[in-house]
Amino acid sequence: MRLIVNGEPHEVAAKTLADLLGELEYDGEWLATALNGELVRATARAAVGLNDGDRVEILTPRQGG
Amino acid sequence: MLTLYGTELSSRLLLGTAQYPSPAILMDAVKASETKIVTVSLRREMAGGKSGDRFWSLIQSLGVHVLPNTAGCHTVKEAVLTAQMARDIFATDWIKLEVIGNHDTLQPDVFALVEAARILNADGFKVFPYMTDDLVVAERLLEAGCEVLMPWCAPIGSALGPLNLHALRALRGHFPEVPLIVDAGLGRPSHAATVMELGFDAILLNTAVAKAADPVAMAAAFAKAADAGHMAFHAGMLEPRDVAVPSTPVIGKAVFT
Repeated sequence: MRLIVNGEPHEVAAKTLADLLGELEYDGEWLATALNGELVRATARAAVGLNDGDRVEILTPRQGG
Repeated sequence: MLTLYGTELSSRLLLGTAQYPSPAILMDAVKASETKIVTVSLRREMAGGKSGDRFWSLIQSLGVHVLPNTAGCHTVKEAVLTAQMARDIFATDWIKLEVIGNHDTLQPDVFALVEAARILNADGFKVFPYMTDDLVVAERLLEAGCEVLMPWCAPIGSALGPLNLHALRALRGHFPEVPLIVDAGLGRPSHAATVMELGFDAILLNTAVAKAADPVAMAAAFAKAADAGHMAFHAGMLEPRDVAVPSTPVIGKAVFT
């Protein structure tokens, strides 16, 4: 399945958002996720399935003004 | 005591966390400023990366409130989604709402700002809107449910200081009970003192501290200036006069002939 993750194309086997984080080795604890422009809460990632062409954003805390 | 959305704060300075020479200097600057609120952002994490975790551990060790921002968002949708993601990660309903309208001035798109504020307030957020100094926009944001307003005094990072004292004074005069924070454009402590002397409740700054030759000393200097301006506002300042008035008593002066 082909996804766009943080703007980059990825070929992945993951079926859920939680699996995707594991497959791409996102092992940080402080992540926020969105799928196709909608928030996916940390607690909901295991229940959210992925489809070909989905756009995933994975964000973390950074310096800001 | 400054109260923002029911939270009492002992400092009148809010500090950004970007552009410091090092994490250690950032930490020392936060401590020197005695701030109780720091701003942070959300950005893309690299696969396998842990930059977010490292930065977040540092911020948590400071023991201050965190105000996430929606910096870089240009649309209502982007800003609302970023706010929702920030709430999920930071477990706070505070959000510094920025919806940028112009690339050169980084001034807010006030129409989108009001719309995003309405959506976020209805969704339970406590919105800190980064706005221009426009009185009517302020009214609209209050109608949208905001209980704090954060007008710029000059473009972000410009260090120009307050460009329109009349507009800032008008905001203070029209909304005597609303916490007003000058956000963006401050360059030096005298700018901070000036806006606080107008009766503003607090200042939010980043670049002027982070890019100073000595950010830690500058953080302390801004804190003193904010407090000085606040005290002066409440102490009742002398109005300027066009003629000199002797401070030393004239009565009793010796007459030498």
